[in-house]
Amino acid sequence: MWAILSILVENKPGILFKVTHLFRSRNFNIDSISVGITENPEYSKMTITTYGDEKQIDQIVKQLDKMIDTVKVEHLDEHKTVFRELSLFKIKLSNANDSMEINKLANAYGAKVHDVKKDSIMVELTATPDQIQAFEELAKPFGILDVARTGVAALQRSGA
Amino acid sequence: MNKMETMTGAKALMTAMEKEGVKQVFGLPGGANLPMYDEFARCNIRHILTRHEQSAAHMADGFGRVSRKPGVCFATSGPGATNILTGIATAQADSAPMIAVTGQVPVGMIGKDAFQESDIIGMANPVVKYAFQPRTAGEIPEVVKKGFFIAESGRPGPVLIDIPKDVQTNEEPMNFPDEFKIRGYHPWADPDIVNVERAIDMLLHAEKPIILAGGGTIISSAFAELQSIAETLMLPVVTTFKGKGAFPENHPLSLGPIGMHGHAEANKMMSEADCVLAIGTRFSDRSVGTFEAFEKRLKIIHMDVDPAEIGKNQTAQIAVIGDVRVNLRVMVKLLLQKAVKKSEETPWIKHVKETKAYWKENLKLHPGEMGAAKILRKLRELLPKESVVTTEVGQHQMWASLFYDVIQPGTFFSSTGLGTMGWGFPAAIGAKVARPDVPVVDIAGDGSFAMTENSLATAVLEDIPVIVFLLNNSTLGMVAQWQRTFYDRRMIGVDQKSCPDYVKLAESYGAQGIRAQSMDELDKAIKTALSSDVATVIDIPIDPEEDVLPFVAPGTSLADMILPS
Repeated sequence: MWAILSILVENKPGILFKVTHLFRSRNFNIDSISVGITENPEYSKMTITTYGDEKQIDQIVKQLDKMIDTVKVEHLDEHKTVFRELSLFKIKLSNANDSMEINKLANAYGAKVHDVKKDSIMVELTATPDQIQAFEELAKPFGILDVARTGVAALQRSGA
Repeated sequence: MNKMETMTGAKALMTAMEKEGVKQVFGLPGGANLPMYDEFARCNIRHILTRHEQSAAHMADGFGRVSRKPGVCFATSGPGATNILTGIATAQADSAPMIAVTGQVPVGMIGKDAFQESDIIGMANPVVKYAFQPRTAGEIPEVVKKGFFIAESGRPGPVLIDIPKDVQTNEEPMNFPDEFKIRGYHPWADPDIVNVERAIDMLLHAEKPIILAGGGTIISSAFAELQSIAETLMLPVVTTFKGKGAFPENHPLSLGPIGMHGHAEANKMMSEADCVLAIGTRFSDRSVGTFEAFEKRLKIIHMDVDPAEIGKNQTAQIAVIGDVRVNLRVMVKLLLQKAVKKSEETPWIKHVKETKAYWKENLKLHPGEMGAAKILRKLRELLPKESVVTTEVGQHQMWASLFYDVIQPGTFFSSTGLGTMGWGFPAAIGAKVARPDVPVVDIAGDGSFAMTENSLATAVLEDIPVIVFLLNNSTLGMVAQWQRTFYDRRMIGVDQKSCPDYVKLAESYGAQGIRAQSMDELDKAIKTALSSDVATVIDIPIDPEEDVLPFVAPGTSLADMILPS
C-alpha cells in the first residue's frame, strides 16, 4: 500500500540525513519527500510517501517514532487528508496547434501556463500524485522535455 | 540556579562526568583529544590506557553491562574514532549503555579533509542510540547530562559525543543543569495492567505454555519476578542466548538457551509449546530459526521496552510494552491477588522434565579427556557462583552456552547481536573494574582472543586480574565447522598453526600463562588463577575437529536439529 507519513522533527542540522538513513538501513523505500519549517521555528515537518504492506508501514512508523529527534510521527489516512504536490513540465511545441492543445489540457487540470516560447511551453500543476501522473500521460505525445516535482505535502482535515 | 563558573569545554566535560558518577575512562589519547586528556591531571577520574581504541569501547561496554551504568571510552579523531565504531556497534546490537567521547578537528576545519578528520557522526549514526557534536563549549554540560540519560534509560545503548578541539579549549561560563527536556524521547514507564491481565489469562488457558526470557530480562534485572512467575504458573523457562542466565540454569524448570546452538531439550520444548511468554527479546534469527515455523504454531505474548520490537520479527497476539521488570511485577501481584497456583503435575511439565532428563543422559559428548563439555563443567565446578563470565565469539562461546551453567542470574555476558570477535577479553577487564570483588573469566577461543590480546598490557599495567580461559583448537573453529558441514570439508583460511604460543605471549606481557593438557592440570590451573592477583591465560589445547552440537542449520526450524552421531 501507499502511505503518507507526516513527521514533526527538531529543526536542527543533520535530521534529514538521519531520517533518510533510517529508511535505507531498514530496507524501506522513500517514494517522495518534502521538508519545510513549521509555524514554530523549532520544528520542521517532513512529509514522506512510501510503499509497503501493513506490517512494513507499521515498522516504519515505529522506527521513526523511536528516533530521538522525531517529535511526532503520523500515518495519515489519505481519505481524511489534503495532500498535494507541485510539478513543473517543460513540453515541446512541434506545430501551431500544440500550444492551444496544451493550454486546453492545462485548463482541464487547473494548471498554470508559464514561459511560452516558440518551441516549448512550461506548465505548473499542483495536484495529487495520481493526477500529475495522468497529466503526464496526456502530455507525453507532445514530447516532455523536462519535469521537476516537489514531493507531497499533506495536512489532515480538521475534525477528521 | 547554579552560580556560573567559567571554564574550558574539556574541564566542563570532566566536571559533568564526575557529576554523573564516572570513576574511570577507558581510552587512548591523540592529537584531537589532548585538552580532555590534560584534565585527567586535575580530576578524580581514573584513566585506563588501552592499546587499541576498539578494546577501550569493549571495556566500557563490559563495565556498562555489569554495573548497568554507562561505561565511558575516549578516542581521538580520525582513525581513533573509526577504531571504536566496532565497539559502539557491538554495544548497540546488545543494548549496552555506553558513552563514547571522540575528539574532532576544530570547528573551522570540519569538512576540509583535515589531518585525522573523519565524519564520525555520519559514520556512527546507524549504530548509536544518539550522537552529539557540541559546537560551543557552553553546550557540553547539558550534552553530557542528556547523553547519560539517553544511554541508560529505556532500551539502553551507546551515545557518541564528538567534541571539536577548539570546543574543548574555549572558555565559557558553564551552567550544569539538573533538569532538561528531550521532546522526542519518552521511555515507556507505566505498567500495562490490562495486557498483563490478558497475558495471564492466555497462559492459564494454554496447554503447553513456556517462558522465553531474552536479554531484556537481564538488562532490567527482572530475575526474582521471572522466577516467581515461572514457579507460580509452573512454566518451563527457555532463554535466548543473550538471555542465558536470566533464570538459574540449575533450576528444575530451566531448559537453557534455544537457538542455532541451543540446548536440545530447550529447542524440543520450544518446538512443542503452544503459547510463549516472550520477555525482552527481539526474536533474532539465531534464536528462533525460521520465523514462519515459529509463528504458525504459537500464541505469542511479547513484553518489551521498545515498541518497535513489537511485530518487527514476530507477530504477537498480546503486546505488553514497557520495562519488563515493571510489568512482570504487575503480573506477580495479580497472580497473588488471584491466588493462582498451578500444580507441578500437569502432563506438560511431566513431559518437559522427562525430555530434560533424557537429553541429560543421551546427548553424546566428545569422547576425549579434553572435550569442551568436560572442560567447561570443570570451570563451573571450581568457579564461585557469583563470578562474572564473558565470552569471545565462536565455538567456545556456544560450548559455554551449552555446558557452562549460570547459577546466579546476570553473571554471563557475550557479544550476541553483532557477534564481535575480540569482545570478551576487554569486556572482562571492564567487568572486573565494575566488580573487583568477584572473579571475572573470559571464556575464549584462540581466533577471537587474538583480535584483542594486546589488552593483556592493560590488565597487567592497570592491575586488573582477569582470567582468560582459552579453548585453543588453533583454528577459526566455527568457520571450520561450517566448512566441514556445508562445504565438503574444504578448509580454507581457518588454520592458525599454533601461532602464537599463548603461554609465552602472556608471560611477555607480565601476565601469568599456564598450559593445561589434562583434567588434573586444568584443575590446578583454575585454582592457581583464582588465587592469583595477576591476569592469567589458561591455554587449553583441544581437538580442532570437535563440533558444536546440537546445530540448527540456518533457514531451518528448531525442531530440525543436527545432533551428534
